Amino acid sequence: MITLQSVSKSYANGVPALNDINLNIEKGEFVFIVGDSGSGKSTLIKLLLRELQPSSGQIFVNNYDLSKLKRRKVAKFRRSIGVVFQDFRLLKDRNVYENVAFAQRVIEVPTRQIKKNVPAMLSLVGLAGKYKAKTRQLSGGEQQRVALARALVNNPPILLADEPTGNLDPRNSWEIMKLLEEINKRGTTVLVVTHNREIVNAMRKRVVTIKKGVIVSDEEKGEYIDED
Amino acid sequence: MRISTLWYTFKQGFKNIFRNKMFSLATIATIASCIFLFSIFFAIVVNVQYTVKEAESSVAVTVFFDEGVSDERIQAIGEEIRKRPEVANVVFVSADEAWNTFKNDYLGEYADGYEGDNPLEGSENFEIYMNDVSKQHNLVSYLETVDGIREINRSDATANILTNINNVISMVSLGIIGILFAVSLFLISTTVAMGISVRKEEIAIMKLIGATDFVVRSPFVIEGILIGIIGAMLPLIAVYFIYVEAVNYAKTEFNVLNDILKFLSVDEIFSMLIPVALILGVGLGFLGSLITVRRHLKV
Repeated sequence: MITLQSVSKSYANGVPALNDINLNIEKGEFVFIVGDSGSGKSTLIKLLLRELQPSSGQIFVNNYDLSKLKRRKVAKFRRSIGVVFQDFRLLKDRNVYENVAFAQRVIEVPTRQIKKNVPAMLSLVGLAGKYKAKTRQLSGGEQQRVALARALVNNPPILLADEPTGNLDPRNSWEIMKLLEEINKRGTTVLVVTHNREIVNAMRKRVVTIKKGVIVSDEEKGEYIDED
Repeated sequence: MRISTLWYTFKQGFKNIFRNKMFSLATIATIASCIFLFSIFFAIVVNVQYTVKEAESSVAVTVFFDEGVSDERIQAIGEEIRKRPEVANVVFVSADEAWNTFKNDYLGEYADGYEGDNPLEGSENFEIYMNDVSKQHNLVSYLETVDGIREINRSDATANILTNINNVISMVSLGIIGILFAVSLFLISTTVAMGISVRKEEIAIMKLIGATDFVVRSPFVIEGILIGIIGAMLPLIAVYFIYVEAVNYAKTEFNVLNDILKFLSVDEIFSMLIPVALILGVGLGFLGSLITVRRHLKV
């Protein structure tokens, strides 16, 4: 489902972010990517979203060869990936329903279908009663649920979550992680970038640890490994 | 594109105007200021040109014929003159008409003694009106070569003054258009820069969700066009009332100049100004939004 072959990425100022990364994630897996700040986790997510191009190596995501992907095909590729971010990245001036519906509108789902899909997805994340609320009226946990609903409404085979609990309190963090686990059980491949040790250690999933741009450990049912 | 998507895009474009009220107001104010300045300038220039044109059309070259020239020859001369491109109209004035006009203008009741007599016998002439007085010299040179013409009367001074006025208007027009263009560019680039900071995050989110450039761009472009239309309508309404008042004021306060100053009617001015202002407004709104979005599409 996701394959990185000898991927390296250096920024224009010459700073190396990732160095010779080899990684393979199968369909239906739940994987944590962990590491401290500056380890290269965010760069990895940007590469998988084709926000960045690798300096060398090849990346395959959901049968797309990202090194050969033309710019005009990027939009279509991104529709096969659901993505949530630490800062939620919601459209602040639209309500909950419109934020989730927006993901369907960009792929031109008929309005009648959107009216069925969005409430169903909001029920899944526990926000059915707040569909009219403006996103700025919601708590952090609720905003992340909206982001999750938006990421999942098009039934993507892959979900990328970049520090999804970074701005949440422990209770909300756990609720979001339970939702991610539930989504994974339904068949979606889930990749979570985090440095939340407690969650990683408790969930006993595959853990890939990156340190200074290099994968230092990749373990099934792994644990968070400290930098030092 | 589905009709529902098209409708959604249009609605989003419309809603965008209200979502970023301050930005929309700033953009409308920018476009309205540019078009207001343009419209005022346009109304002035068009009226000055109209006044000059009216003055030009009253300047005539008069030609008198050799003694004993046949009516057929006079008619033939008239036909030849009418074919000249710089000639707008040729009017034949018979000796009787010339005498009647002279009597009415200068003699009045003192003309009674001339009953049955025409002291201006042989003064039949052509009054030649031109569509471009700057070409009067060319016409006169041509007339001097025409067989059967005895005398040519013209006013070089009037023709020169009118030609000079036309040249000055052209130069001033160009200068003011240049200044307006520079001011508009400055105002619009400032507004676009503001638009970029407002839109940056929104565009990035849309792109990460998988929206195509077209889907991202369309609501902004529709918003830009709507803002352009509003930005054009407001100054048009203002200029309409200002124009009516200004013309009335000039006609009453400067009635001595009524024979010189000629004003186009407000309908005539606006039949030209409305399409020009709308095209300008829509063009500015369209280009501004396109530039704003374009800078952020490469996410």
